[in-house]
Amino acid sequence: MFKKLALAATLALAPVSGAFAAGADGHVENFDFSFEGPFGTFDQAQLQRGLQVYTQVCSACHGMQYVPLRTLSAEDGPGMPEDQVRAYAAEFYEVYDEELEDFRPARPTDHFPEVNAAGAPDLSLMAKARAGFHGPYGLGINQFFKGMGGPEYIASLLTGYTGDDKEEAGAILYENTAFPGGYISMAPPLYGDDVEYSDGTEATIEQQSEDVAAFLMWAAEPKLMARKQAGFVGVVFLTILSVLLYLTNKRLWAPVKSRTKE
Amino acid sequence: MSGIPHDHYEPSTGGEKWLHKRLPIVGLMYDTLMIPTPKNLNWMWIWGIVLAFCLALQIITGIVLVMHYTPHVDLAFASIEHIMRNVNGGAMLRYLHMNGASLFFVAVYAHIFRGLYYGSYKAPREITWIIGMLIYLLMMGTAFMGYVLPWGQMSFWGATVITGLFGAIPFVGESIQTWLLGGPAVDNATLNRFFSLHYLLPFVIAGLVIVHIWAFHTTGNNNPTGVEVRRTSKADAEKDTLPFWPYFVIKDLFALAVILVVFFAVVGFMPNYLGHPDNYIEANPLVTPAHIVPEWYFLPFYAILRAFDGDVWVVIAASFLTGGIVDAKFFGVLAMFGSIAVMALVPWLDTSSVRSGRYRPMFKWWFWLFVVNFFVLMWVGAMPAEGIYPYIALIGSTYWFAYFLVILPLLGVLEKPLPQPDTIEDDFKAHYGKSSSTDGAPSATPAE
Repeated sequence: MFKKLALAATLALAPVSGAFAAGADGHVENFDFSFEGPFGTFDQAQLQRGLQVYTQVCSACHGMQYVPLRTLSAEDGPGMPEDQVRAYAAEFYEVYDEELEDFRPARPTDHFPEVNAAGAPDLSLMAKARAGFHGPYGLGINQFFKGMGGPEYIASLLTGYTGDDKEEAGAILYENTAFPGGYISMAPPLYGDDVEYSDGTEATIEQQSEDVAAFLMWAAEPKLMARKQAGFVGVVFLTILSVLLYLTNKRLWAPVKSRTKE
Repeated sequence: MSGIPHDHYEPSTGGEKWLHKRLPIVGLMYDTLMIPTPKNLNWMWIWGIVLAFCLALQIITGIVLVMHYTPHVDLAFASIEHIMRNVNGGAMLRYLHMNGASLFFVAVYAHIFRGLYYGSYKAPREITWIIGMLIYLLMMGTAFMGYVLPWGQMSFWGATVITGLFGAIPFVGESIQTWLLGGPAVDNATLNRFFSLHYLLPFVIAGLVIVHIWAFHTTGNNNPTGVEVRRTSKADAEKDTLPFWPYFVIKDLFALAVILVVFFAVVGFMPNYLGHPDNYIEANPLVTPAHIVPEWYFLPFYAILRAFDGDVWVVIAASFLTGGIVDAKFFGVLAMFGSIAVMALVPWLDTSSVRSGRYRPMFKWWFWLFVVNFFVLMWVGAMPAEGIYPYIALIGSTYWFAYFLVILPLLGVLEKPLPQPDTIEDDFKAHYGKSSSTDGAPSATPAE
């Protein structure tokens, strides 16, 4: 027991892992996404393209258990018509129904399934669970100006394969310029033209990576646009309130301050 | 309530008289709101209102969040996502609550530094100071337990590290830790008790806030000169003071509105900036995050905790003298809690007879160094404990203790203070009497 605690304490008191000590933080490209900045909004066509990439490529291994399928029809999200969402859910996903005690095609009220492929993390929150930008020197300035860099990290990871790989302890690791440590166990998922976009966009690796990264940002933060709007309204109203209170305060104190001059 | 002479509430109508005889609640509210307040208070005296606002904000948003949250290890993380995705306005509520905690700590640190600079802790305001320190400790406990509730990776591992501190206490530590956790490790029992206490403590804080206000309404506010309000007569007191309503209520509300502009910009445009990405990964006892860091407001104390490792001579000496009972880990824990203890004891450590730092030429330098040191500790607390960082942390921690235990006691003896104004009125006149009339008043004659 005490050994375990001591171990936990050592880990805690000296929070340096091998990866960190190696200083091998990957390179993350600062992509321009439409949803960046105080007024940025999701690009609906891009979210739909991203969904297509997720469905046809990523979903083979990665689940998205916290995202309800019905939210695909959200106006400030992918904005798919409801009948399309219903068809999409039924076509691509099966869920276990406890009443039927069997699997059945998914409905819009279900969530994206949880997928338990070995080592493949759930992608619901991935765009918020990774920080692409750090520093400098732990000051957080980069994140202040560039954002946390979650979607940038995802896009950089997907475009970051060099084509080299190595075998380590019986597993193949693929060299990746964005992944901390430089080698990742996920095989390159994109080769270009992995999907055929219905809007005619050319499906290059970069295009697909950016699209799916944008889609995952939406999946992680579906209320992003509503939030920014609320923030903007709050800032405007509070600024007006500040000005009014400033004038009130000035007027209120003016006699007190001028009295001192007599 | 206040010792400063001022008008008291007089019930005028029949109904008011009836109520006042039975329950003088209107009188209590009147006296509280109309309390004579030094008229020379500067903008550092606005943080109290900000703190009161934060407490209210956290309690209100918190109560609504609880309606949708599930305190269970298998469901907590998902229930947060339920709030973020399905609850009307849920994302906004949660971000307000998350960032509200940060605003709370920004305000409390500004409030504490204000008190340290202007000597607000000195007699007769020691009780106000001690109550304030208790509130601050409870705030830290509440914030820490609140951070565990979303059950992300940092929640879990933060809880493991911090409760592990209690395990460092010799002999009884392990039992205390097990008692705190409700089991051998952070688990469902821990989550449930943290949830219960996270809901309870804010109300304890609210109670202590009332005592805090009661205490300084009895002694009267401190002010930038540190000179007391004249209590010789009501007329004299009125030259030094203005009633809290409307003068300071409006002033404080203006400051609060400006601060909230920044707060809303953070909540609306960068709500996760102050958070840690790892907390968007569900807690996993089998995977330790590469780098466990507490929330930013704990970092200075985290730096002090880590500063005293086994290579520091004080630690070696302490270990030798106690026969190994005080090891490096326990020493770090003692240092961390001690750093707050020495701050709580500052009313008795500061020997200077002059209250305000404004009239203490040497103190000023040490004080500002203390502030810079606080931010250096905050920064180094976020850095890995390797290379040069442990040395910086050690120097910073040493200065923290030296400031309270050596510098403040000595300065009172060594320093030659500057002359202080005789009255608050003089200070106010010196500040506003000099400036040329901007409001068109026909006061062309030079002041005084």
